[in-house]
Amino acid sequence: MTDGSMARTLLAIYPHSARRYDEMMSADGAVRPHWQQFFSHLDAVAPDEMRQRLAFVDRRILENGVTYNVYAAPDGADRPWALDPVPLIIPPEEWAEVSAAVAQRAALLNAMLADLYGPQTLLAEGLLPPALVYGQHGYLWPCHGIKPPGDIWLHSYAVDLARSPNGQWWVIADRTQAPSGAGYALENRLIVSRVFPEMFRDLRVQHVADFFRAKQEGLTALAPVEGDEQPHIVLLTPGPYNETYFEHAYLARYLGYPLVEGQDLTVRGDTVYLKTLRGLKRVHVILRRQDDSYCDPLELRGDSALGVPGLLNVARAGRVVIANALGSGLLGSGALMGFLPAICERLLGEKLMMPSVATWWCGEKPALEYVKKHFDELVIKPAYPTQHMEPVFGHEVKGEERAEILRRIEARPHAYVAQEMVHLSQAPTWSRAHERRLLARPVGLRAYAVTTPDGYSVMPGGLARVGTAGDTRILSMQRGGASKDTWVLTNGPVSDFSLLKPSVGVRDLVRAGANLSSRVVENLFWLGRYSERFDDSARMLRVALGRVVVAGGGKTPAVIAAMALARHVGVLPEPDEDDPVKEGSEHVLLEAIYNPDQPGSLAGNIRSLMWTATHVRERLSLDHWHSLNRLQRDQQAALKKHPTLTEAIAFLDRVLGVSSSLTGFAMDNMTRDDGWRFLIIGRRLERLSFLAQSLAQFLTMESASGPESLDWLLDLMDSIITYRSRYSRSPELLPVIDLLVFDDSNPHGVLFQAGVLTRYLERMGRELGADFDGELAEAIERLRAFDLGKLEHLPYSRGFASAPCSELAGLLRDLQTAAGQLSDWLGMRYFTHVGDVSRQTMAL
Amino acid sequence: MTMPAVRYHVLHETRYDYGSPVSLSQQQLHLSPRILAWQQVEEQCVDIEPTPSWRRDGLDAFGNPVTWVAFHAPHDSLLIRSVMTIAVEPHLPGDLKNSPPWEAVRDRLAYDATDPQPADLDATRFLFESPHVRIKHELADYAADCFPPGKPLLLCVQALMAKIFTEFTFDPEATTVSTPVLDVLENKRGVCQDFAHLMIACLRALGLAARYVSGYLLTRPPPGKPRLIGADASHAWVSVYVPGSEYGWVDFDPTNNLLPDTEHITLSFGRDFSDISPLRGIILGGGGAEPEVAVTVFPIEEEDMPRELLAAIESRKGAG
Repeated sequence: MTDGSMARTLLAIYPHSARRYDEMMSADGAVRPHWQQFFSHLDAVAPDEMRQRLAFVDRRILENGVTYNVYAAPDGADRPWALDPVPLIIPPEEWAEVSAAVAQRAALLNAMLADLYGPQTLLAEGLLPPALVYGQHGYLWPCHGIKPPGDIWLHSYAVDLARSPNGQWWVIADRTQAPSGAGYALENRLIVSRVFPEMFRDLRVQHVADFFRAKQEGLTALAPVEGDEQPHIVLLTPGPYNETYFEHAYLARYLGYPLVEGQDLTVRGDTVYLKTLRGLKRVHVILRRQDDSYCDPLELRGDSALGVPGLLNVARAGRVVIANALGSGLLGSGALMGFLPAICERLLGEKLMMPSVATWWCGEKPALEYVKKHFDELVIKPAYPTQHMEPVFGHEVKGEERAEILRRIEARPHAYVAQEMVHLSQAPTWSRAHERRLLARPVGLRAYAVTTPDGYSVMPGGLARVGTAGDTRILSMQRGGASKDTWVLTNGPVSDFSLLKPSVGVRDLVRAGANLSSRVVENLFWLGRYSERFDDSARMLRVALGRVVVAGGGKTPAVIAAMALARHVGVLPEPDEDDPVKEGSEHVLLEAIYNPDQPGSLAGNIRSLMWTATHVRERLSLDHWHSLNRLQRDQQAALKKHPTLTEAIAFLDRVLGVSSSLTGFAMDNMTRDDGWRFLIIGRRLERLSFLAQSLAQFLTMESASGPESLDWLLDLMDSIITYRSRYSRSPELLPVIDLLVFDDSNPHGVLFQAGVLTRYLERMGRELGADFDGELAEAIERLRAFDLGKLEHLPYSRGFASAPCSELAGLLRDLQTAAGQLSDWLGMRYFTHVGDVSRQTMAL
Repeated sequence: MTMPAVRYHVLHETRYDYGSPVSLSQQQLHLSPRILAWQQVEEQCVDIEPTPSWRRDGLDAFGNPVTWVAFHAPHDSLLIRSVMTIAVEPHLPGDLKNSPPWEAVRDRLAYDATDPQPADLDATRFLFESPHVRIKHELADYAADCFPPGKPLLLCVQALMAKIFTEFTFDPEATTVSTPVLDVLENKRGVCQDFAHLMIACLRALGLAARYVSGYLLTRPPPGKPRLIGADASHAWVSVYVPGSEYGWVDFDPTNNLLPDTEHITLSFGRDFSDISPLRGIILGGGGAEPEVAVTVFPIEEEDMPRELLAAIESRKGAG
C-alpha cells in the first residue's frame, strides 16, 4: 500500500514453503497472476473493516444455524461450521482440465457400477480383483441385476483432490455413497460473496447455482413418470442426528424437495409412496443421504429401523430412481485406484485424465512386498469404506506397534491399502489470532459432479478444506478443520441464475402443499403447541417472580397463590417436603426457568421447541430460524452464570419478545396450507387448554381470594391493558371473568380462543373431509350458556368458595378435557406415529 | 453300479400368531428348492394365508428361487406352507485323498491379474467375509492342525468337520441367529447354522471358498445308531470348492460329521444364512411374534404316508 497508515504488505510475513505448492504465491515469491487482484484488495482492507467482515461471517453461520454435528461431542451438540473468508482461487484454464477429469471419472465409476452389478466382465477379464468387489460389505448382493432408469447408478459424485508440489492435481478419494458437502459449499458461497462483493463481481467468479439446476434437471429427466404425473422427488435423510443434517435440510429447501425420513415412505407392491396428510403420493426419485445398506431392512440390514421395507423391489421394477443407486458405496474404496487406468481404457476407451495418489493394494503379493519395504513413506488405510480404521502414518509407528500392524496386514492383506504420503498444497487463510495476517494452511478441494441428460456436469468450485495447523495431513471437518469457498474464474460471461428466491420472508413454508408428509404435519402441530406452551410458562413464571420480588421475600397471599397456580399448571414441580430449604421460592423459580432437565420448566419447553423446529427446519424461513437460535443461545448463556432475579425477569421479557416475533412469523410469513393450519391449531389448542386450566384452578383456590390476585391474573392472561381501558377501577371478579372468559373481542379470552379454534377446525374438516368430534363444540356451548348473573354481588372474599365459581370452574375443566381429546384424535387420525416402527421377523 | 434316486415329500410349515394385528407386512421367502445336477424338483408349491396383496417370484443373485410377498391389510396370523416332491441322486465325491493339496487350491483362488477360470471366479463369491462370517485369525488358528502342509484339501476339510463335531455340543439354547462366530468358537455350543458358519469362517480364513447350504435332512433312528440331530427342522451345512471338473463343490455336514448324500435335500445356497434365510420379514404392529415351524421329511418309497401329509399334497393337486 502506498498509504502510510497501512502497515507493510501481507506478503511480508506470509510463510514460504519449499516442500509444498502455494496456491497464491509462486516459487519466486511473487503473487500468482490469478490472485493479484484479490490479494491487492485484501492487502488494502483496514483491520477494522476486516474484523467487521469476520464478524459478519460468524453471525451468518450462527444465525443460519450452519452446523456440523460431531458424533464424538459429549451431548451430540452441533458445532458451528468453520469458514475462512479468503476463497481458494482457480484460473479458468486450470479449471477446465480439472472439470473434464472429474466428469470423466464420474462416467468411469458409473460404467464400473453398471458392470459390477451386471455382467462383471471386469472380474472375468482380471481387471479387478474379486476381493475388491465380493470382499466388500459395500457390495450389495441383493442389488445385483437391478438396472436403474437411464442406466445411471451414480447420480452425484464427489472427489477429494489435492495438489502435489509440482502443481499437478491428484485424486485422493472418491465419494460415491451419498456425497456430502455441496450444500456447505453453497452456503459458503452465499456468505463469502457478501464478504467480498466487489471482488466477486470484478473477478468474474463462476456461479454455482447452475450446478444445482443441472442436478434438478438430471433427476427430473430420469424420473419414471407415467402419463401426466409430475415427477415427485424427495430427499431422504437419516434424521437430525446425522453429522450433515444441516445440509440435508438446507438442500431440501434450496432444491424445493420434501425432506423425508424412512418412515415417511412406504412401499405398496412395485411403488414407493410418501405418506401425506391427504393420503399416499407416489415418489419417483429418492435423493438419498442415507447409507445404502440401511435403505431396505427387508433385504439389506435388518437391524435398522431407518429404511423403507420393500424399496429394492420397487427398484427391481424400475419404478423409482434412487440417487445414488443402492450399492454405489462400493467404489469409495481407495484400493480400486491402482486399477482405474486400465479399466478406463477398457470401459471408456480413453486414458484416465487425472492420476490418483499412488496406491498399493496389499492383496497383490508384489504390492504387499513393496509396502513392507517402504513402510516409512506410506499411509496405511482400510481397503473397504465400511471398515473403520484411522489412517496409520508409516514413519510414526515403531517397534511393537509397527510389528502388530504388519501382522494384521499379513493376516488379511486384501483389507489394506497403502498410499503415498501426500504433501498438500497450501493456501492463504486469514488469521483470527492476529491483527492482520495471512497464514499458510494445507488445503484440499472436494469437487462435485452430477448426472445430466448430456453427461456429467461439474460444479465450478467446490468445498475447499483447510487444516488447522501448518502440518495437518488429514483434512476433515470431523477433526476440527475449516472450510473455504472456491472461486473458479471465467473468461466468458457469468451466469446469474439463482435458485434462491429474492425475498426471504414469504418463501416460508411449502412448495407443494399436497405433498406434506404426515410427519412434517405432526411436527408442525407440536411446534405450534410448544411455541404456545413456552409463552405460557414464561408468562406464568414472570407473574410468580413478580409477586416474589414485590413481597421482598415474604410469603404474601399473592406469592402463595401464584406459586400454587404455577404448580397446578405444571410449570413448577410439586413441593419437595423433604427439603424445605430448597423450596425457597427464588430457587424454585430460577430452576423452573433455567434448568432444562426439570419437567415443565421453561428451558425444557425451549428445548422441546427447538427439537420440533429442527425436524421441520426446511419449512421455516431463515428469519424464523434466527429467532429460535437466538432464544436458545440466550438460555445457554444464562446457564453458564448464576442469574439474579433481575436478570431472570429480563430474560423472561426477552423470551416473551421472541415469542411474539415467532407468532408474527407464523401469521405473516407462512403459506396458508395444511401444515400451517395444523401449526395454528396446535397453538390454539395449547392456549385454550392453558387458559381454561388456570382459570378453573384460580376460581377454586382459597389462596387467590385477595384483590391483588385479580391483578396478576389479568397480567398472566395478558389482559391488564384491556381491563384498565374498560374499567377505570381496581379489578373485580365479575368484569374480570367476563373479560377473560366470555368477551368475544379479547384475544386472550377463553371463548375467543375457542371460536378461532373452531373456525380452523371447520375449515380443515371441509378440506380433509373429516368430521371433528363434537365434544369440544358441546363444551363451548355449555360454557357460553353459563349465567354470569350468578357471580353478581358475591362478597369478594368468599367468592372463591362459592357454588357459582365451582360451577364455572367445572365448565372450564370440561372444556380443557375436550381440547385434550381433540388433540389425541388429531394424532390418531393424521400423524405418522413416530413411535410405531417396523421390526424384523425371522423364521427357520 | 448306480444307486437309484431317493424321492421325498417335504412339508415345511411356518405359522405366526401375532399378539396384536399386523397392519403391514412384507416377507422374503427362500422356501423353494433349487434344481441341481443330482436333485430334481418334481413338484413344489407354497401356500400362503392370508392371500398376499402382492407377490413377486424370481431368482436371487446366487440363482436360488426367491419369493417376495406383501400384506397390506391388517391380519392376526400368517401361515406359509411349502410342499415339495424331490428326487435326490447319490453324489458322494470321489476318493478324498485324490483332491489337490489345500495350498494349491488357496493359491489358485488368489488374484494374480490374469483372467480367472469361470468356475474359479464363481467360487470367489464365497471366499470373503459376509454378514455372519467374520474372518478373524482365531479361526485360522483353530483350523490350523487340520491343514498340515501338502495334505489333500478334502481330507483337511473332513478333519476340520470331525474336529468341530467332536469339540462342539449341539445346544439350541446356546445361540440365536445373530450370535457371532467367535462367540460360538469360544463357548463350543450351538446349532447347525452356528457349526456351518464356524466351519465356513475357518475355511475362508485359510483362503478357501466355502458356501452355506440350507435344506432338510431325513431323520429316523436306525437300529443301533443314535438319532441324527436336526430332525423336523430346516438344516444347514457347508460346501467347499475344489477346482477342476472332478470334484467341484463338495458338501460337508459338521453337525452330523458326514458327507451329505441322498438324505440331504438342498433348498438354497449363499455366502451365509443372511443370503438365504428361509423366511425373513418386516412387520408393522403385531406384538410378540415367535414363529412355529414344523418340517416333515418323508421318504416316499420307504414308509406309508401319514394321512395329514397325503391330504396336504392331494389338496394341492386339486388346486393345481
